[in-house]
Amino acid sequence: MDLARTEVAKAPSGPAKAPRRRARTGSAARLGLMVLPVAFFGVFFAHPVAAIVVRGLKADGTWDLGRIGEVLGDSGIRHVLWFTTWQALVSTALTLLIALPGAYVFARFDFRGKDILRAVVTVPFVLPTVVVGTAFLALVGRGGLFDELWGVRLDTTVWAILLAHVFFNYAVVVRTVGGLWAQLDPRQEEAARMLGASPLAAWRKVTLPALAPAVAAAALMVFLFTFTSFGVVQILGGPTFSTLEVEIYRQTSEIFDLPTAAVLTLVQFVAVGLILAVHAWTVRRRETALRLVDASLTARRPRGAGQWALLGAVLVTVVVLILLPLGVLVERSLDAPGFGYYKALTSDDSGIFLVAPIEAVGNSLGYALAATVIALVIGGLAAAALTRRAGRLVRGFDALLMLPLGVSAVTVGFGFLIALDEPPLDLRSSWILVPLAQALVGVPFVVRTMLPVLRAVDERLREAAAVLGASPWRVWREVDLPMVRRALLVAAGFAFAVSLGEFGATVFIARADNPTLPVAVARLLGRPGDLNYGQAMALSTILMVVCAVALLVLERLRTDRTGEF
Amino acid sequence: MHIRTFVAAAVGLGLVTLSACGSSSDDTGSGGSKTVTLVSHGSFAYSKDVLKAFEKESGFKVKVLKSGDAGQAVNQAILTKDNPQGDVFFGVDNTLLSRALDNGLFQPYEAKGLDKVGAEYQLDKDEHRVTPIDSGDICVNYDKAYFSKNKIEPPQSFDDLVKPEYKDLLVTENASTSSPGLGFVLGTAAKYGDDGWKGYWEKLKANGVKVVDGWEQAYYQEFSGSTDGKKAGGDRPLVVSYASSPPAEVVYADPRPETAPTGVADGTCFRQIEFAGLLSNASNAEGGKALIDFLISKKFQEDMPLNMFVYPVVEGAAVPAEFTEYGPAAKDPEIMAPEKIAENRDQWVKSWTSLVLK
Repeated sequence: MDLARTEVAKAPSGPAKAPRRRARTGSAARLGLMVLPVAFFGVFFAHPVAAIVVRGLKADGTWDLGRIGEVLGDSGIRHVLWFTTWQALVSTALTLLIALPGAYVFARFDFRGKDILRAVVTVPFVLPTVVVGTAFLALVGRGGLFDELWGVRLDTTVWAILLAHVFFNYAVVVRTVGGLWAQLDPRQEEAARMLGASPLAAWRKVTLPALAPAVAAAALMVFLFTFTSFGVVQILGGPTFSTLEVEIYRQTSEIFDLPTAAVLTLVQFVAVGLILAVHAWTVRRRETALRLVDASLTARRPRGAGQWALLGAVLVTVVVLILLPLGVLVERSLDAPGFGYYKALTSDDSGIFLVAPIEAVGNSLGYALAATVIALVIGGLAAAALTRRAGRLVRGFDALLMLPLGVSAVTVGFGFLIALDEPPLDLRSSWILVPLAQALVGVPFVVRTMLPVLRAVDERLREAAAVLGASPWRVWREVDLPMVRRALLVAAGFAFAVSLGEFGATVFIARADNPTLPVAVARLLGRPGDLNYGQAMALSTILMVVCAVALLVLERLRTDRTGEF
Repeated sequence: MHIRTFVAAAVGLGLVTLSACGSSSDDTGSGGSKTVTLVSHGSFAYSKDVLKAFEKESGFKVKVLKSGDAGQAVNQAILTKDNPQGDVFFGVDNTLLSRALDNGLFQPYEAKGLDKVGAEYQLDKDEHRVTPIDSGDICVNYDKAYFSKNKIEPPQSFDDLVKPEYKDLLVTENASTSSPGLGFVLGTAAKYGDDGWKGYWEKLKANGVKVVDGWEQAYYQEFSGSTDGKKAGGDRPLVVSYASSPPAEVVYADPRPETAPTGVADGTCFRQIEFAGLLSNASNAEGGKALIDFLISKKFQEDMPLNMFVYPVVEGAAVPAEFTEYGPAAKDPEIMAPEKIAENRDQWVKSWTSLVLK
């Protein structure tokens, strides 16, 4: 998704600087706003993660830091590190290669059904990894579509993993790069052409430099997501391939080597921190004034055979890469006559859960709703605190909010179990545990959506209101709220969709009698027999439809295009 | 660590908002002394009537929490042992027993009726921290149709599996993620000794053994002999599974065949015993004790075989006819003392992983 690129889009003119004498009250207010988000991340992120690491590295009261060297020296672990990095690099390169033409087409061409298509390519991004793994198994696995047609099987090969990663992250590139591309003034390139530059030279000299930071940011996000890939590798990789995240899961959950898991958690933590730091740096570098125009002015109908061919190629890519796996999923869910698999979802005979699988739909919606409320409160406060640009402290806070995206969800889930088990925080058997974990992943999306819009509100409006005697609360209600209402809705939509699909942490803390959709899908997949497989497909299809509908609604809301994601 | 002081400060503040939500947890929580909570792995299964009878007799209401594979369930129970999610844990087997005991997962309780449980199953008989509930044999299963069609004798022993006529036929499970996978490796270690087993696996690898993550995948996807495996296009006629898998094939088939479509290689078996125990910090210890007594009652023991495809451990508990007819228990399974497993398991799994998977 877009991380901060719209800040660039909206920042150039910059809000008027507040008078100095207001600065002090401003920073006090900011600290006030930061208290709840910091407390939230302290209790529900730092504390559980620290608990797991301490549990692994502290034996009988003393730190055993020698383990770090030991673990890193192990050839098996080094192999995991190498594979994690290698596949993330290749996945990122492949994603850029395949998605950049798509970004161009979405930015510069106008064609019928573009909005729907844009929503379609975003669906994978909010799908649970379990569903994606399942869809690709149905496509390239044993007995999958390709196997039936041509005898081609890619399961337990690295190709299935790479393909699924491209499927997942296509939208990140299209939205991040395409969003900016659409706002670049095409007349600059045209001017260069007029001055005698060849099309390639004009593009290389004018458009590419303006685009490069967005490409870098998108690449880094894809790298981050593929570096920490879990569900996809778990399902498609078999026992031979293992990313850091999968290895943390195996070491904790299966081999019970907590010290190794703790060291790997730290390694991942450092790696993710580095990626985020580089990301923040590229974002800041982008804060050079670009001439941005309304996206609706830059797109036009394709002209000439070349442009139509490009559009066609992108459409084919979307169909094969995105619609085909999703289509196979739907097709498999309908394999039984008379919607048999869907009907089976309403029976509790299977004995896998204590309830009928269909109840997972209600659970998931309820959890996601609660998670959305939490994410909006925490993310909204954080975004408000970050609105006024400020020094290093705030930037550090900004980065802190991003960490949950990259830190092992497995660690967080286990951490919840062992850290939140004593009064006053005995939440082990409370339903709130699940929404709390899901909100951790939702907050970054809320912050990223709200921040650019809040920053775009002219500070002078707020000041004028304050001078006229409005309380801070009233200022917010009368000035900020009307302007950010739409962004708030979009943020809510993303938090909701991401919560629906969260798997890594939920799988540890969702109770057996209250499974969420992704957890139910995973359990059904792990069970033998056609009926369970079919039910997994049916549940995945339901989840996909819910996500797709949520996204289509968002597309309608986002007519002003101020925030990409 | 300053994290702690930080948390202390944060707790008072942030939790005010959550306290309203937290209170709703009690109506379904395991706190009430009339509810006893059983924590187990995903394969735990029972007849509803039998459990209802227990609830009626004892006055306790039973809640079952199932999670993941056996290994994962054990690990999760250990991680949460200070404030466990339930009162009784069922499903730790002899391969992982030492991990549970060394980590203090259970408190001692000598179950009523333990005198009827065979001595060979009582692996903690001095302290009674765990009570044996069932046993089974991990063995290589073969697809009868494949071997009769190709006019090859099915393998009978570990030695046979490395012979050229069985090249590329066997699928097994990852020993670090699957308990039959681990059992099979331990079986080879029991057979060929602490050093010899690695050489055996080198030969097995050279003979084309395939490794997948879990039993479900191996048995229902790769194995050509199971009903589901046939449908999925499984092409391996040999699989590491259980001695009770052939009867399961018969019981689940409709219509039932005359004989089981699969057989068991009798010389490739490893004995697995599953235990239950009262969790160290159980909030309803009385209920937990009653539940453990119930698990080795004749009623539950006779209900178990056709639900979980395991053998009862209580003398006099009837074994269903399907078991004796289609898949008798292994005659002479490999066994290994729990202390020896405890000493070597993790190291062996590590060597096995780098030898076979990397």
